[in-house]
Amino acid sequence: MSILETYETMEYGPALEDAKESLRWLEQHGRKFGHFIGDDWRQPVAGGFFETADPSTGEVLATVAQGDAADVDAAVQAARQALGPWQALTPHARAGFLYAMARQVQKHSRRLAVLETMDNGKSIRESRDIDIPLVARHFYHHAGWAQLLEQEFPGYSACGVVGQIIPWNFPLLMLAWKIAPALAAGNTVVLKPAEYTPLTALAFAEICQAIGLPAGVVNIVTGDGRTGEALVAHPDVDKIAFTGSTEVGRAIRKATASTAKKLSLELGGKSPFIVFDDADLDSAVEGVVDGIWFNQGQVCCAGSRLLVQERVYETMIAKLRARMETLRVGAPLDKAVDIGAIVAPVQLERMRRMVDQGVQDGAVCWQPTSSLPERGLYFPPTLLTNVHPSSMVVQEEIFGPVLVTMSFRTLSEAVELANNTAYGLAASVWSESINVALDVASRLKAGVVWVNGTNFFDAACGFGGYRESGFGREGGREGMYEYLAPKWFEKAPMLASVTDAVTEESHMEEAESSVASFADMGLDRTVKQYIGGKQARPDSGYSFPVYAADGSPIGEAPLGNRKDIRNAVEAASNAQGWAKATAHNRAQVLFYMGENLSQRRKEISHALARVVGHEQAEKETSVAVERIFSYAAWADKFEGSVHTPPMRNVTLAMQEPIGVFGVVCPPEAPLLALLSLVLPAIAMGNTVVTVPSEKYPLVIGDLYQLFDTSDLPGGVVNLVAGRSAELSKVLAEHDNVDAVWYFGDAEGSARVKAASIGNLKQTWTNEGRAFDWFDPHQAEGRMFLCHATQVKNIWVPYGE
Amino acid sequence: MTPETIQERGFKRHLGQQAEQNIRQDGTQPAPNRGTPLTLDWVDDIRANTSAIERRAQTLVTRRTVKKEWQAAWLLRAVACTDLTTLAGDDTAERVRRLCAKARQPLKPSLVEHLKIQELGLTVGAVCVYHAFAETAVRALEGTKIPVAAVSTGFPAGLSPLAERVAEIHRSVEAGAREIDVVITRAHVLGGEWQALYDEVATFKDACGSAHMKVILATGDLMTLRNVGRASMVAMMAGADFIKTSTGKETVNATLPVGLVMTRAIRSYTQQTGMAVGFKAAGGVRTAKQAMEWLFLMKDELGRPWLEPSLFRFGASGMLTDIERQLEHYVTGRYSANYRQPLA
Repeated sequence: MSILETYETMEYGPALEDAKESLRWLEQHGRKFGHFIGDDWRQPVAGGFFETADPSTGEVLATVAQGDAADVDAAVQAARQALGPWQALTPHARAGFLYAMARQVQKHSRRLAVLETMDNGKSIRESRDIDIPLVARHFYHHAGWAQLLEQEFPGYSACGVVGQIIPWNFPLLMLAWKIAPALAAGNTVVLKPAEYTPLTALAFAEICQAIGLPAGVVNIVTGDGRTGEALVAHPDVDKIAFTGSTEVGRAIRKATASTAKKLSLELGGKSPFIVFDDADLDSAVEGVVDGIWFNQGQVCCAGSRLLVQERVYETMIAKLRARMETLRVGAPLDKAVDIGAIVAPVQLERMRRMVDQGVQDGAVCWQPTSSLPERGLYFPPTLLTNVHPSSMVVQEEIFGPVLVTMSFRTLSEAVELANNTAYGLAASVWSESINVALDVASRLKAGVVWVNGTNFFDAACGFGGYRESGFGREGGREGMYEYLAPKWFEKAPMLASVTDAVTEESHMEEAESSVASFADMGLDRTVKQYIGGKQARPDSGYSFPVYAADGSPIGEAPLGNRKDIRNAVEAASNAQGWAKATAHNRAQVLFYMGENLSQRRKEISHALARVVGHEQAEKETSVAVERIFSYAAWADKFEGSVHTPPMRNVTLAMQEPIGVFGVVCPPEAPLLALLSLVLPAIAMGNTVVTVPSEKYPLVIGDLYQLFDTSDLPGGVVNLVAGRSAELSKVLAEHDNVDAVWYFGDAEGSARVKAASIGNLKQTWTNEGRAFDWFDPHQAEGRMFLCHATQVKNIWVPYGE
Repeated sequence: MTPETIQERGFKRHLGQQAEQNIRQDGTQPAPNRGTPLTLDWVDDIRANTSAIERRAQTLVTRRTVKKEWQAAWLLRAVACTDLTTLAGDDTAERVRRLCAKARQPLKPSLVEHLKIQELGLTVGAVCVYHAFAETAVRALEGTKIPVAAVSTGFPAGLSPLAERVAEIHRSVEAGAREIDVVITRAHVLGGEWQALYDEVATFKDACGSAHMKVILATGDLMTLRNVGRASMVAMMAGADFIKTSTGKETVNATLPVGLVMTRAIRSYTQQTGMAVGFKAAGGVRTAKQAMEWLFLMKDELGRPWLEPSLFRFGASGMLTDIERQLEHYVTGRYSANYRQPLA
């Protein structure tokens, strides 16, 4: 092409980034990598090697080790050995290592960027300007947390050995998101990079060597899903952190259910991108480009569902198409390319299949006229219109550069469409009106909301999802908590395994045989279920006997079944207006509840004494009054924060209620434990279905009188007595329940966690350990409130 | 109306979409601007989200680059689109003649030869001077097609009486200026007096006659990007052939975010009227790198036609020297020095 010709056509020519240094690095390693275990490169025990290729050319870049259970075991052992010495270092010493990582990443930024682009297929602009700078930022930020660990997280210690499994879409960035907080908190790590993109993780292993990181603190085991499975299954791993598909997330939840492994999941999404008619449409179009055509759309938080207000729908679509024509798809190492290659053939195939299916279902597919490179894995930017919420392409994550669009008329309709998804990772809202933008942001079910922007990330701002997009946050203070546990917890005694107090066979006959002994109890006392603010007879039509400590019968409790739970969840779900009540209003109700309990203390204590003894009953009721006051106090004080990421922006980290809670209560302190669990949930605006302990379910009779006299709206707390094991399973399986707290024996914890995978609800259990419900240090406060809320980060860039 | 019918309607009405694609893609020149009646809806509809626009401006230039012969070609394109400018209080006739000589021959002959672009007959887009030197420049450029642009209408503040400003235009046109760079009354924009702005620009246009009118918005004085967008739209409706960022005398001159807002306004106007308006970035553009950034912006936001001098200009003086240095580097592989390039 002569200069004169180009002068006429004014085309962009090729502008390839030089890959020489990265290739040299590969050659230095003979293009073959073992696992990085205990500061050493180790050959796989038995698994052999597999190839990793450049998706833009198909050329093999290197072969890497296929990890199996033996390799994982070696890595976990190395991490376990390293744990003590690593924790014995001062926080400052650990901060020094994280700082060195940040510096190393900066010093070798271009080599890492090129390597990432070659292995993953993402454009060099993105790896150079977005991925790698964010990696460095993450290590800097967490060098800070490491330094401040003891001041900022007193009473907490590291989980221990952490197993981390990361995806292929942001290989080194996801590594940083995982490793930085883990090390800052004092854990040691076994990390498995994705099979398609192991190279930058291996380059990072070298960085660990270069900075003299103690052996075993970071271990990298490469391999495919089987390697990940082995890591998840390893008994000596204390926590699993996973980013990837919702499907695999479910499997991991299930696989770890019977263990005390802490778990955080960052999963899929189908994030809405909402454009109002008063938005800057041209900027919104660029937002879409940064949303769905970032990283070839292979982004869990990609704005893949475009919702546009009717009045500007046509204009927006026209602008979008015009913009799509100027997107350049091509060699990822080309510095003037917008869209690079798709990571692997199977992903490309999936995109094609889903788009074809969408078109068959009636979608209109539009793609720009620009051509794709002949060689390599590419998919053009794609716009699907004429789709509906019922379309598969609207509900399912395509994980490619494919945008689906729908229109809406009103703000409420926009919110309804946006929330009509099983996911809840992120959302974008475009409007020039702060009223519209913040109103919508507050109503979206998503862990991150970007106002007039999209795909902003920062180490200081937690990232993570609602609903089936996972749980736990990465980044910021909340991200640190994922790698910490209260120090007292691991020393807490294990509860004995209990069989149900009410067994299937016994309850009826015993109920019959005990009739005589009720005769001397005065008037029959009737305790019913409490659902939607009303007393309700159990659906089963059965009751079960409740006994005093000395074995004498003291009354009968309704025997709840799955239908009672169904009704209670319905009531709790309908009562979610409670979340919109002001914090002051909730505080007032709780204070009043404290007052009323205080009035009725003697009577409640007297009844309770028959089961737990006089002394404990006195103590339970008096502490209960205090506890109610504590949460009345907390209701308007457990507040969010404002982050200041490095741009002109405020990020509002809102503590939002999670939704409908199932709370299954332990027997140790029938009244106090129940209140200790229910109160933080409702103080934060959740609604609750509570299963009291089988030991003293009659407490619900006292409680609903208390609630009724304290102006607590109906449905905010629902009480269903019955068999804990049965009812907790129904709650854990219920897709309209957003979180389950289970406190009881270890088997029960496992059961609840395993049953929670349907909608991947958040679970919190005592892992079979005994809480001291009388000790406020253990039984009330921030830890409970953290579990009762989820953080929504609302990014609000500003500037006129 | 249900969402479905809205969408269907969208597909049936391709007209606007096609127009927009044409602007960007097919390289044909849309019709020159004849202006339209003042349509306040178009003004009200303008939104400009500053943060988002700054982000786009920031990343636009990291998304594009040109290397080797492509870079050389693009640099030549920047030369062709340059209004070689001198607007200093101490300007002299000799300096203007020097400028005109440079305008005729922006690159030294050896460079032209090495680049093999003799047949291009490369000149700059125009020479831009104060009225006082318009005649000098016209004479110095005789025998070329290079137009003389005169800044006018009380440049740079635009605060002299309207009659004076109109008379200025007449005088410059009489002096042979084929392009007139007018300044607007900033107060009209800051006060939202769109009718007044429209009338002012329309009056200028009238006075220009067949001369090409570039409307300087003095964006550095307009305070907000939304004001920039709205002023752009009104100026175009009032018949601007070009809209231009700055006089070069404001504290902030041509910036990419401002350019983005103005080019988007042009796109929107062209889409709605089928008429094209040119864009001129003036002030603060000093390097070859900046020149490339502006060309990327024009190509990606407006398309190929806006890389012609008929629709795009730089107002610059020192930039040409830097471009020459870069071209020399392309030819020799050695970095060049300013003093090696003939002075403008």
